[in-house]
Amino acid sequence: MIPASFDYEVAESAEHAVSLLADHGDEAKLLAGGHSLIPMMRFRLAAPTVLVDVGRLDDLRYINSANGTISIGALTRHSELEHSALLAESCPMLASVAALVGDPAVRHRGTLGGTLAHSDPASDLPAAVLALGATIVARGPGGDREIAATDFFTGYFESALADDEMIVEVRVAASAGGWNYQKFNRRAQDWAIVGVAVAEGGAGVSLVNMGATPLRASAVEAAVAAGASAGDAAAVAADGLQPPTDLNADADYRRHLARVFTQRALKAAGVA
Amino acid sequence: MTMTDDPATHMGSHRLRREDPALLTGEAQFIDDMSLHGEIWVGIVRSTEAHATILGVDGRAALEIDGVTEVLSGADLAPLWGEGALPCAWPVTDDMRDPAHLPVATSVAKYVGDAVAVVLADSRYAAADGAAAVSVDYDPLPAVVDIEAAVAEGAPLVHEDLGTNESYTWPLIPDPKAVDAAFAGAAHVVSERYVQQRLIPAPMEPRGVIAAPGVANGELTLYSATQIPHILKVMTAVTLDIPEHKIRVVAPSVGGGFGCKLNVYAEEILCCALAMDRGVPVRWTEGRSEAATATIQGRGQVQHIELAADADGKVQAVRVKLLADMGAYLQLVTPGVPLLGAFLYHGCYDVAHYSFECTSVFTNKTPTDAYRGAGRPEATYAVERAMDSLAVAVGVTPEEIRSRNFIAADAFPYESCAELTFDSGDYQAVLDKAVAMADLESVRAEQAQRRADGSNRQIGVGLSSYVEMCGLAPSRVLASLNYGAGGWEAATVRVLPTAKVQVITGSTPHGQGHETSWSMIVADKLGIDPDDVDVLHSDTAISPTGLDTYGSRSLSVGGTAVFMATDKVLDKARLIAAHQLEANEDDLEYFDGAFQVKGTPTAAVPFAAIAFAAFTAHDLPDGMEPNLEAHVTYDPPNFTFPNGTHIAVVEVDTETGNVDIVDYVAVDDCGNQVNPMIVEGQVHGGVLQGAAQALYEDAVYNEDGQIVTVNLGDYLVPSAAEAPVYRVASHVTPSPTNPMGVKGIGEAGTIAATPAVINAVVDALRPTGVTDVTMPASPQTVWRAINEAQGGAS
Ligand SMILES: Cc1cc2nc3c(=O)[nH]c(=O)nc-3n(C[C@H](O)[C@H](O)[C@H](O)COP(=O)(O)OP(=O)(O)OC[C@H]3O[C@@H](n4cnc5c(N)ncnc54)[C@H](O)[C@@H]3O)c2cc1C
Repeated sequence: MIPASFDYEVAESAEHAVSLLADHGDEAKLLAGGHSLIPMMRFRLAAPTVLVDVGRLDDLRYINSANGTISIGALTRHSELEHSALLAESCPMLASVAALVGDPAVRHRGTLGGTLAHSDPASDLPAAVLALGATIVARGPGGDREIAATDFFTGYFESALADDEMIVEVRVAASAGGWNYQKFNRRAQDWAIVGVAVAEGGAGVSLVNMGATPLRASAVEAAVAAGASAGDAAAVAADGLQPPTDLNADADYRRHLARVFTQRALKAAGVA
Repeated sequence: MTMTDDPATHMGSHRLRREDPALLTGEAQFIDDMSLHGEIWVGIVRSTEAHATILGVDGRAALEIDGVTEVLSGADLAPLWGEGALPCAWPVTDDMRDPAHLPVATSVAKYVGDAVAVVLADSRYAAADGAAAVSVDYDPLPAVVDIEAAVAEGAPLVHEDLGTNESYTWPLIPDPKAVDAAFAGAAHVVSERYVQQRLIPAPMEPRGVIAAPGVANGELTLYSATQIPHILKVMTAVTLDIPEHKIRVVAPSVGGGFGCKLNVYAEEILCCALAMDRGVPVRWTEGRSEAATATIQGRGQVQHIELAADADGKVQAVRVKLLADMGAYLQLVTPGVPLLGAFLYHGCYDVAHYSFECTSVFTNKTPTDAYRGAGRPEATYAVERAMDSLAVAVGVTPEEIRSRNFIAADAFPYESCAELTFDSGDYQAVLDKAVAMADLESVRAEQAQRRADGSNRQIGVGLSSYVEMCGLAPSRVLASLNYGAGGWEAATVRVLPTAKVQVITGSTPHGQGHETSWSMIVADKLGIDPDDVDVLHSDTAISPTGLDTYGSRSLSVGGTAVFMATDKVLDKARLIAAHQLEANEDDLEYFDGAFQVKGTPTAAVPFAAIAFAAFTAHDLPDGMEPNLEAHVTYDPPNFTFPNGTHIAVVEVDTETGNVDIVDYVAVDDCGNQVNPMIVEGQVHGGVLQGAAQALYEDAVYNEDGQIVTVNLGDYLVPSAAEAPVYRVASHVTPSPTNPMGVKGIGEAGTIAATPAVINAVVDALRPTGVTDVTMPASPQTVWRAINEAQGGAS
């Protein structure tokens, strides 16, 4: 539980962070809330030689709304999503998913940018962002670029971000349709064994911990669009998936859970 | 003695714990908060193999690291200790096999986590980096992982030289023929096999050690996160051949133990030996993942239990065969743990005939040892699960089968078929109270409704009635069990010149609140404020005599010693008062903090005046020694027998297998209560720990003997969020064994909760055909059990 030694730099701005990343190459890692990175370092699963601390960039902590689009700064803490009146009004799923992440200590440190960049298939907010069809804004040495959430998660703990890019903002459309998030875990602070996010009355459905990345359940979405019942749409939720096997669940049980919770989520989101 | 919420007396009141402000504000000093000048850090290289010959230890890469000063193999260290350096104090049978156990292995590593080399460094970080950089060349040997496989023909051997994996077989069969006859004539025979999974104790504070030499005088001070500084002192002296009077052991604030700090560990002996050898303080702090293999584990048994009952379900005989997992070595009391349950497999039932036999086996896994309840949770689980099966066979409710079998309230003192004398209890009254609190009638109506509806949320009710033996222990009984020490406890009560009081206790608290409870006992007897009583402990220089804290013994043995020492102080104070009042001592009564002549409140000497008089010694009775102080060593005449009935109500999601505890009622009889708030706290924590075995915790090893659950993400210790809303009550039958009438509550919750929860899960699943679930009843396990019972795919 002792990390390898590393150097530590404090970024003064997103641009500064990006230039530090460029200076140090793939030896460097951004440090935001530290609630994924520091455990990885303690287990020595990660050993960056330089940490670039962006955790103090308070100008990237905001939740704004304009013209039906909600913009959220990358350093916004999970607890700020959880308690945001704006989100409660315009995108309640995001607030409600944030409230289920870890425990209060985790939610007060962990950031939206951090959880997306970490790209853990078992995390909650990536799946929510995926179901909501969000856009992720990355800043690099050449300026900003927009990445659709559907293009963002590229592999097991891998994203479309380049080594010298930093997430600065996440944009989601104000969402009015039926929604629901089902998180199945054994202890309140644990990651989902399986999770299901349903947005916009079933138009956006995503799965947590059912593969190498958070997954868009397009077969379920198509079934809902074609007027299938919640039960019938859920029946295809795990088709073709190769979920992981771990102490909590083997692949078969996970597929079963995916069907059960997809049905529950669809029903709760208003699909008959 | 009164035990009420009367504000004039403190005993029986919900007094806040005086320990807590320092603990909650971080002021309390734990091992890792300390630092000593010149200290060096130990990093331990641990075996990554369950069983392997150590071909070589290469420390060159480690020595390159800044701050790393030495890399030592087991062979390098061997001269620091003798042949079999780590002690086992409980050779339960004369022919028990006890392999030599070195702090650092020299030739063969016998479990994942076994220490194989040591790095010395100038910081904890360098020690960790150094340990990670040492490369050990292993030649793997076949590993013995499963305990049933360990006793099979042709099994590989953990200890080649012993020629067997069996450590001992211990029988308790007072009348074998009577048992056989009872089974032959039984109308109902229940025969069950249960598995007690291994548990990782996981106290909030892992272990830590600092050994500081006093070079000039050959002294040694050992600071350790231990439950047993006194026993550790003796054992360190014997193991390392250091004169005992040169050793001081200090347990600073200790963040929980649950039995896992009731031991003499490799790291303690290692740090002491190195400190004496190098002449500098040597220290080690355990990491959380390290603790998963370096600290003992609990449970680990396969149980076969049979009940023979007549047509009415009255149990005539109990027959038990146990396989107990010792792990690779015998730690301090490893072999004794099954024996602490051996007497209790008939539970709180009046059973005539008894047969118990335990075979203990070695495996290539971390040693087991005492873990909260130690033997008694296992015993209670087996009998309480089997009683539910009997209830089904007879066709009565779980509460009815228990009522038909309880030891009657008027049968105490009760001679049990396992040759114990149960002190007191009213088991039926306790059960009635629990059943009423749980409102079983409504719960069962709801259960019937959901069953009829075919709901996917099935409700189950689980009862568990338990009795345990606490207050370890009468020294002569321990002698009969071959235990290497006594079971007494010591206390000193010292009155200072200003009438403030110091209590010195040999019980060593590590979270239980001894300071609060002991001060309440003394304050009530002396008629003073508990805040005027200081309680000193956990340092053998201050409290030289004691046997420490485990087995729910502190209050009933250590508290009794305090109670008796206070009586002795009062006896002497009475003589001084009589002298001052020129009265006959028999005419005096102690009232409201003063001795007065009976019925004459005007002729009174306050306690403060007596304390000062004892100090000045200007005017004491002829021949009396100055000062007011008394020491008592109390050896209990018997165990105490706390008991209770717990009821769990669970809701099982039959689609996912998820179990929620929706109600939990605990009614316990721990005798008189000094501080009911502390009693409730012990029940709450104990119940969650017991429920954790039922639903969450499991030290998982794969077939190669690799442990998989080495962090708190994989090893599921439940948190407050998973805790049920406890509804706790008590029923008091004072124990006749000690003057306070107390029994013990430290382990009760853990003992009762596991079978209550599993009985509830099985009850919920009965319509699906499930009759047993293995622990922990994880969602996946429950879901599979349902599928299997329904003949579906598993
Ligand atoms: C006990 C515990 C329980 C938890 N339970 C859950 C749970 O139930 N569900 C869940 O979803 N998560 C859970 N988490 C993880 C938590 O949500 C993390 O906080 C989150 O995943 C990472 O956010 P962070 O800000 O802490 O990122 P960090 O740990 O600081 O960083 C994570 C990774 O993202 C990179 N990074 C950080 N910020 C940026 C950025 N702006 N741009 C580009 N890269 C960036 C870092 O370099 C690093 O590689 C838990 C964590 C803990 C410790």
